[in-house]
Amino acid sequence: MDRLSLLIWVPAITMIAMTLVDKSKVKWVSAIGAGVQLIQSVFLLFAFFGLRNGGDTSEMLFVKDITWYKSLNIHYTVGIDGVSMSLILLTSVVVFAGVFASWEMKDRVKEFFITLFMLATGVFGFFISTDLFTMFLFYELAVIPMYLLIGIWGTGPKEYSAMKLTLMLMGASAFLLVGILGIYFNSSPDGGPLTFNFVEISKITIPESAQMFFFPLTFVGFGVLAALYPFHTWSPDGHASAPTAVSMLHAGVLMKLGGYGALRIAVMLMPAAAHYYAPVFIILATIGAVYGALGAIWQKDLKYINAYSSVSHLGFIIFAVLMFNQVAFEGAVLQMISHGFITALFFALIGMIYSRTHTRNINEMGGLMKVMPVLGVGYFIAGFASLGLPGFSAFVAEMTIFVGAFQNNDVFVRTATILVVSSIVITAVYVLRAAGTMLYGPIKNKEFEGLSDARWYDKVAVFVLIAVIAGMGMFPNWLAGMIYDGLGPMFERFVMN
Amino acid sequence: MQTNFSYTIWIPLVLLASFLVVGLFGDKLRPRLSGLISTVVILFGAVLSYWTAFQYFLVNGKADGVYQTIVAADYEWLRFYDTLAIKMGVLLDPISIMMLVVVTTISSMVHIYSFGYMKGEKGFERFYAFLSLFSFSMIGLVIATNLFQMYIFWELVGVSSFLLIGFYYEKPSAVAASKKAFIVTRFADFGFLVGILLLSYFTKTFDFQELMQPDNAAIAEMAGLSFMGMSVLTLALVLIFMGGAGKSAMFPLHIWLPDAMEGPTPVSALIHAATMVVAGVYLVARLFGLYALHAPDALSVVAAVGAFTSLFAAVIALTQTDIKRVLAFSTMSQIGYMMLALGVSRYGGTEGLGYTASMFHLFTHAMFKGLLFLGAGAIIHAVHSNEMTDMGGLRKYLPITHVTFLIAALAISGIPPFSGFFSKDIILSAAYEHHPVYFWTGWAVAGLTAFYMFRLYFSIFWGENREYEHKPHEAPFSMSFALIFLGIMSAVVGFIPFSKYVSSDLMPYETHLHMNVAVLSVVVAVIGIVVAAVMYMKPGGAADKVVKAVPGLYKLSLHKFYIDEIYLFVTHKIIFNYISRPIAWFDRNVVDGSMNGMAWVTNKVSNKIKGLQSGQLQQYAFVMIAGMVGLALFVLYWASR
Repeated sequence: MDRLSLLIWVPAITMIAMTLVDKSKVKWVSAIGAGVQLIQSVFLLFAFFGLRNGGDTSEMLFVKDITWYKSLNIHYTVGIDGVSMSLILLTSVVVFAGVFASWEMKDRVKEFFITLFMLATGVFGFFISTDLFTMFLFYELAVIPMYLLIGIWGTGPKEYSAMKLTLMLMGASAFLLVGILGIYFNSSPDGGPLTFNFVEISKITIPESAQMFFFPLTFVGFGVLAALYPFHTWSPDGHASAPTAVSMLHAGVLMKLGGYGALRIAVMLMPAAAHYYAPVFIILATIGAVYGALGAIWQKDLKYINAYSSVSHLGFIIFAVLMFNQVAFEGAVLQMISHGFITALFFALIGMIYSRTHTRNINEMGGLMKVMPVLGVGYFIAGFASLGLPGFSAFVAEMTIFVGAFQNNDVFVRTATILVVSSIVITAVYVLRAAGTMLYGPIKNKEFEGLSDARWYDKVAVFVLIAVIAGMGMFPNWLAGMIYDGLGPMFERFVMN
Repeated sequence: MQTNFSYTIWIPLVLLASFLVVGLFGDKLRPRLSGLISTVVILFGAVLSYWTAFQYFLVNGKADGVYQTIVAADYEWLRFYDTLAIKMGVLLDPISIMMLVVVTTISSMVHIYSFGYMKGEKGFERFYAFLSLFSFSMIGLVIATNLFQMYIFWELVGVSSFLLIGFYYEKPSAVAASKKAFIVTRFADFGFLVGILLLSYFTKTFDFQELMQPDNAAIAEMAGLSFMGMSVLTLALVLIFMGGAGKSAMFPLHIWLPDAMEGPTPVSALIHAATMVVAGVYLVARLFGLYALHAPDALSVVAAVGAFTSLFAAVIALTQTDIKRVLAFSTMSQIGYMMLALGVSRYGGTEGLGYTASMFHLFTHAMFKGLLFLGAGAIIHAVHSNEMTDMGGLRKYLPITHVTFLIAALAISGIPPFSGFFSKDIILSAAYEHHPVYFWTGWAVAGLTAFYMFRLYFSIFWGENREYEHKPHEAPFSMSFALIFLGIMSAVVGFIPFSKYVSSDLMPYETHLHMNVAVLSVVVAVIGIVVAAVMYMKPGGAADKVVKAVPGLYKLSLHKFYIDEIYLFVTHKIIFNYISRPIAWFDRNVVDGSMNGMAWVTNKVSNKIKGLQSGQLQQYAFVMIAGMVGLALFVLYWASR
């Protein structure tokens, strides 16, 4: 078994193990599975650095290639560089925290965790694949469980939300499939065998006419998943209805698939069209960043606030992807990681608070700091991290994006950049408004006086996430360097093409 | 021999450690132990700072008569590309060492004072954890080797300030004040950040020393590049100044400072009087070479904003009745002075008098304003009220507070030989050499300052002898110790020959007292004091008559020129109601509505056409035959044409 495929196998085996054990032990099995996966990712990181420091400069490490369907040249090809390595770390941490955040799940526990791990399997598969077809397969594997997870275990208008989310994401993947097939059929302009391997494809130049047609399809296809304005509306409803762990995984990891794909496939493989269409998408991303933040100010439901905040922060990613320089790309990836951790922390805390107060309306809460100090402090930390306070991860990511974006010396891009920068002020407004209203002040509802603070499993989820957010924020250089180096070969070819 | 200053890195590091220990484990320790840890650590920092100052200023900071800029440490923190990285380090030069002394001194006194003041408060250990966090951040800010490090710690002092203003988090007014402070300064920092990005885009560096290099070609290029009628460098520096103006509560970004008085009084003394609010002044001083040599227009902005704010705030301070708010406006006014002094200064030698003056005033102001706030704390502690109208005749009950408060009031009013006199004198001299308007503004502010300070002093300690429900008692020893220490400092620090240590070009020079200026400013101060005495020393003084004489002006000043109301209108009415709310509506109803609309249409259409697939053979046969007949007719028709 090769090293990377283990990342798919561990969650898959965990799923099988869960079917075999008693209902009461399922969460322990999933905790062990997620723990093993986390440890495995950390070892993978060390092995990765070991090879890099040992002088292995090949673009993808731990490559494994199995021919899958020969006549169409479909392969199961896995391999990672600095970019995918960082996203694997993100995923394993969020899955681990997600398991502990859903410790109190009572309804159909077994099915819940199995479906959750199916989603995780898909995500890991997506990040390690270098073959577009396999990648798409894993992508679908990650999206479909979402429908069940929201539709069955959700709250509120869950069927509506689940349907909306699934239809919009499926619609997007229809675009995407056309885009991917378009790339495939143009992957060999001089008549050789066609290929799905994106590393190979990036070495050739897709004919410009094909790029012009397939870039928007691919970019929008991935963009919908990354809440590209105006295709973001599935996200607030989806998040609001989803159970805690699903929101965490979805906003924390699944939406990053969109950003990753937009950068790695849409932009990197079709640079000419990317440059051509950039102004349109820069405008959309800028609108997303500012509009999401302004939209969040007015919301009263914690999950809606966070969903709009995600629209805003994912706007940063899409914006950075369109800045076409290595520092901004690095910032985009850093933002994926950072936002993944922070939003997972937010959703975990919101879930914990909701399970105690049975409301998510901030106006009905107040003074909760007094009764649940751990959760309250956690929420403030998440808030400060989210508004880009130095010492937390988002600051690193945002500053990298801004510095990168500022390298483009033209009035249009610079104006857009300054608008995006301005959204960090608005972020402070909605974050402090929500945290202040909910946690500060006198206790508004007498019934809340007896509420309990975080239990041990809550603390595991919260502390793990805070640790990685602060760790990344205080010692960013190794991660930033890894991503920057990972982007190097891709970026060279991007500039050449 | 050159002293090795690399130990200075420990000053911020021990404070960070103290924050982490007290912050994480404070609830498990006894509160007093938490306080003790923080206090010992800051005293250790103070000792190191004094030692550094001694070594630097008096032993061997100079080479060939010029103060050296020493980079005691510099670590790469985040690399962007090969030539641009954020570093974290320690930069030692006269102003950073002076700031180290100021920050650790005031912070130590506040730590000691708070033992008495915060005794028995819930969250005692949290308070000390935040104090450590603040001291760490503030020191990180002053020793920054580059703009980005400064920005990072700039944000961190902002958040410490937020946490400490909102210390009493169950009190809605404190919560509102803390949010306001954070958001207003954050808005200002937006300018700061864009300024940094703009500057670094051209110069490819954040480093102060590289930026200040006299032959920096990129700076010259920026200064030559024109954008909307000013050079790009001026634009960048004005944006950076916007950050400084926000932190230092310059008009029109000052609205957060008076509200910040909701925080515990020791915090007001430390953060909102002596250290954080002067960060803006320090920022301009740090980049003074750029301002003075390459962008005099930006410096004019600094001078104008400073002068206006000093006058504006002094006028408001005349009528406020909350003693902490009077002091807050007084702080704004004095920081305006410092900005004014920087703005009228030029680079090098005696031309740089304003620069020295500004730093000197920063130093003396930290002492006497810190003292005034701590004194106010002792008074509030004794009478349990912030309102001037609840006080009177307190000199009998609070003798130590009374004497130290009087010293501070004399110092801020510029009465010789107290410290404020000396620093104010050279500010006014520098202003006089630049432009008479600035001089007369500063002169008028000096008079107003003396008046409102003594209005405060007389109403608290003289005036009507009130019957107090609880007999006011002098503060405990920890508090009076801090008062006495700062009282002595306020009285004597004016005699430091500042221009020997701090100058715009790092070369010591001589300054002399300017007799004309000194006489003018003392005269106006004495007038201010006498008027205040007439109005407020005896009960039923002339105060009410004056108010009645100018009701409009009085109201304008009392309501702080309605600036808050204007902001409230813009933020609540316009941003909330006319931008955010419509966006939320638009998103739900238009963007999402169109998605739902598409789904609805699809649904309806499929509902209508699903009857086609009924599964009834007869129907299929009928349609088939009908179709065939139709087709046949059509073909026939076509053929017969």
